[in-house]
Amino acid sequence: MSSDAPAIELKGISKSFGPVQANKNISIRVAPGTIHGIIGENGAGKSTLMSILYGFYKADRGEIWINGTRTEIPDSQAAIAAGIGMVFQHFKLVENFTVLENVVLGAEDSGLLKPSLARARKELKMLAQEYELNVDPDARIDEIGVGRQQRVEILKALYRQADILILDEPTGVLTPAEADQLFRILHRLKEEGKTIILITHKLREIMEATDTVSVMRRGEMTATVKTAETSPEHLAELMVGRKVLLRVDKVPAKPGKTVLEVENLRVVDDKGVERLKGVDLTVRAGEILGIAGVAGNGQSELLEVLGGMREGAGTVRLNGAPLALSGPGSDGQARRAGGIAHVPEDRQREGLIMEFHAWENVAFGYHRDPAYQRGIFMNNAALRADTERKIEKFDVRPTDGWLSAKNFSGGNQQKIVVAREIERNPDLLLVGQPTRGVDIGAIEFIHKQIVALRDEGKAVLLVSVELEEIFSLSDRIAVMFDGHIMGERLPDETDEKELGLLMAGVSGEAA
Amino acid sequence: MDRMPKWADVVLIPLISLILAAILSALVIIGIGEDPVAAVKMMVSGALGSTYGWGYTLYYATNFIFTGLAVAIAFHARMFNIGGEGQAMLGGLGVAVACLYVPWPHWSIAILGASVAAMVFGAAWAAVPAYLQARRGSHIVITTIMFNFIAAALLNYMLVNVMRPEGSMDPATRSFPEAVHLPTLHDLLAPIGITFSKAAPANVSLVIAVLACVVVWALMWRTRLGYEIRAYGHSETGAIYAGISPFRITMIAMLISGALAGLMAINNVMGEAERLVLNSTEGAGFIGIAVALMGRSHPFGVFLAAILFGFLYQGGAELALWTNIPRELIVVIQALVILFTGALDNMVRMPLERIFMAMGNKRRNIGETNPLPDAEHSTKTE
Repeated sequence: MSSDAPAIELKGISKSFGPVQANKNISIRVAPGTIHGIIGENGAGKSTLMSILYGFYKADRGEIWINGTRTEIPDSQAAIAAGIGMVFQHFKLVENFTVLENVVLGAEDSGLLKPSLARARKELKMLAQEYELNVDPDARIDEIGVGRQQRVEILKALYRQADILILDEPTGVLTPAEADQLFRILHRLKEEGKTIILITHKLREIMEATDTVSVMRRGEMTATVKTAETSPEHLAELMVGRKVLLRVDKVPAKPGKTVLEVENLRVVDDKGVERLKGVDLTVRAGEILGIAGVAGNGQSELLEVLGGMREGAGTVRLNGAPLALSGPGSDGQARRAGGIAHVPEDRQREGLIMEFHAWENVAFGYHRDPAYQRGIFMNNAALRADTERKIEKFDVRPTDGWLSAKNFSGGNQQKIVVAREIERNPDLLLVGQPTRGVDIGAIEFIHKQIVALRDEGKAVLLVSVELEEIFSLSDRIAVMFDGHIMGERLPDETDEKELGLLMAGVSGEAA
Repeated sequence: MDRMPKWADVVLIPLISLILAAILSALVIIGIGEDPVAAVKMMVSGALGSTYGWGYTLYYATNFIFTGLAVAIAFHARMFNIGGEGQAMLGGLGVAVACLYVPWPHWSIAILGASVAAMVFGAAWAAVPAYLQARRGSHIVITTIMFNFIAAALLNYMLVNVMRPEGSMDPATRSFPEAVHLPTLHDLLAPIGITFSKAAPANVSLVIAVLACVVVWALMWRTRLGYEIRAYGHSETGAIYAGISPFRITMIAMLISGALAGLMAINNVMGEAERLVLNSTEGAGFIGIAVALMGRSHPFGVFLAAILFGFLYQGGAELALWTNIPRELIVVIQALVILFTGALDNMVRMPLERIFMAMGNKRRNIGETNPLPDAEHSTKTE
């Protein structure tokens, strides 16, 4: 490996999808044996750039140089041959195969499996020693945790002789402790001479893990700086193109009467797995209760039961009156009539009908409201007028209510959902991952709206996997693990480390 | 951004599919030593060259409008109703019962009664697969196909053992009474001075079919129920989020679908045969699938596609009558059209999408100074 040639050099890469230019004339150089971060909002073009590097897309223009030689990468086979390995945000593992089988899959030596598996077993042992990447080769993927699954992805890349490792939003599904572990592994890989590209939208990870960082905004590379010479505020400014508040300005909560009481709430999912194992919590008027936890520990089911999307057992009272948890009267319509609004976790599959016009989506869930009816027909004119109002008030762009929901960016889609739910002036607002896949500018706006609702004396139940979001919005924090509430903390009296332990199921000394 | 302008999706793709099917059909005709140009001329003159031809074309089209709408409604709720054939057979049974056992004073009242009977019978036949899908998760494609066979067997039994007039060797009901005979287009158009062929079977049901198109359009795009059906069809989790019951929508959409398929019987049974015979549907239930696919599940598209298939049916019959092209080959040509416009839709769509994307890029590169439209970079590009 020559030390003067960059491990990766991109020269003038451009890529368009129809009228949208995802990458505009992008050039970067990544020195070998370094960790290079690429940061940018959703839609900035990070993933497109990496997909070009991994051979999923073909650049319209530009050159790729690997270790000083110009390289064409028409497909992922070529990328692997050039020594590039990719760890995707959503793992590409076969769940009912073992670790060993997954590592070998697609890289078998011959038609017979046995020799390949034997060779892989030996290789894995060596890799485990070299990089401290310990995984039981005979464990089935669906039996090991996400942290380990990610290690299998890294092992897959290393087994294919990757010298350059690209990780796309690797910490999205990890606990803080697992993320720390991942970064230790990455440092170790770097020490062994591997080059790592880390794609993320989390400023903290960039600051902690990288040597250099490139900022992308709207398809352009706006800056490349040494991490040591920058600050989170500066990076945020480069990402958004203006100064941003990283913390939400809010006055202390003035909690009033109890709005939501949950006692011994249990949920069994379609596969018969118990997802909520007796949850107790209360939310009072004028406060935000934040539920922290690693994705998949029952938070989604909690929101779904309360929002009428799923049946459960136990006791839930809204303003003192019990809610039906199964059978008639337990659906989303009944919840809305009772004064519960719901910003669901997955706006694209739940909160919006992507093929519907914006104006059709503005009534979604409230489409039986008499205000939207005219005799046996729907009053589409009223809907469109309502949409115009909300688009203006919530600064949705583009402002054309006739566009389909799928034609809006993530942030603007979410604004449509938030506008719809908050404008109903609910007693209780359920919010799931309000800013997932939302650009920083819109995050700020959405956070302000949620806090404003709280200040009007409404109760808010917030579920988020982003600890930063939990800390900046919540008046109280409850941590969920394995279908239980592990404990409750006040944001001023706790820190990420303590919450991280609770999220991992370790009940702290005071829990 | 959408990958293609809407007009390309609605007009260009069906058109290209049709042309491809035509080319392949032409090759087949050449292959058996006949002249494709002469064949096309024969089809056009046979189906559209006279009011007699038009009368048959529109008669077939009427059948296909009903079954096409039936399939389209189910499509909107993301269900594939392959049972239009059986539902239409049952509709025929309903019409026969209504016409034979109720003494109607006049056709105008009889057609209302027969319509209700046809819809009820068709909907009832769709209700069982719908219930099994909604409650038990039995796949609607499988159950509706099987119900086609059951319907055929049931009709067989009814016509042979129950409704066949004494002494008749023909598995069919007796003819309906004079009072319920529907006016043909000849009867309808004569008062306003248009002479239309007396022999052609197109009748007043065509008007009801067109009305059905309007009603279905209003239902899907102007009412709350249509809103809920479309929402459910696009995203089941979305529907659950909004408090729309999947069970309710599945049942209602399939009942409407079955009712529309059943309604076809006022055309073929009441309007044309004027009695119920075996295999009265002649595959119209299946043609409805192609019609709905080609018509993009929109009533107006269904109307146009139904007329096209009506033309193919009538033109094909003429071809078989007057040329050496065997009847089986006509079926092959019709099948090619169904194959290209329905099943192979993506074969045309994908390259076309690519062309439009490339054209979009070129336009961008020429107008480099255009700023990136705000917020148009959807998550798709990430």
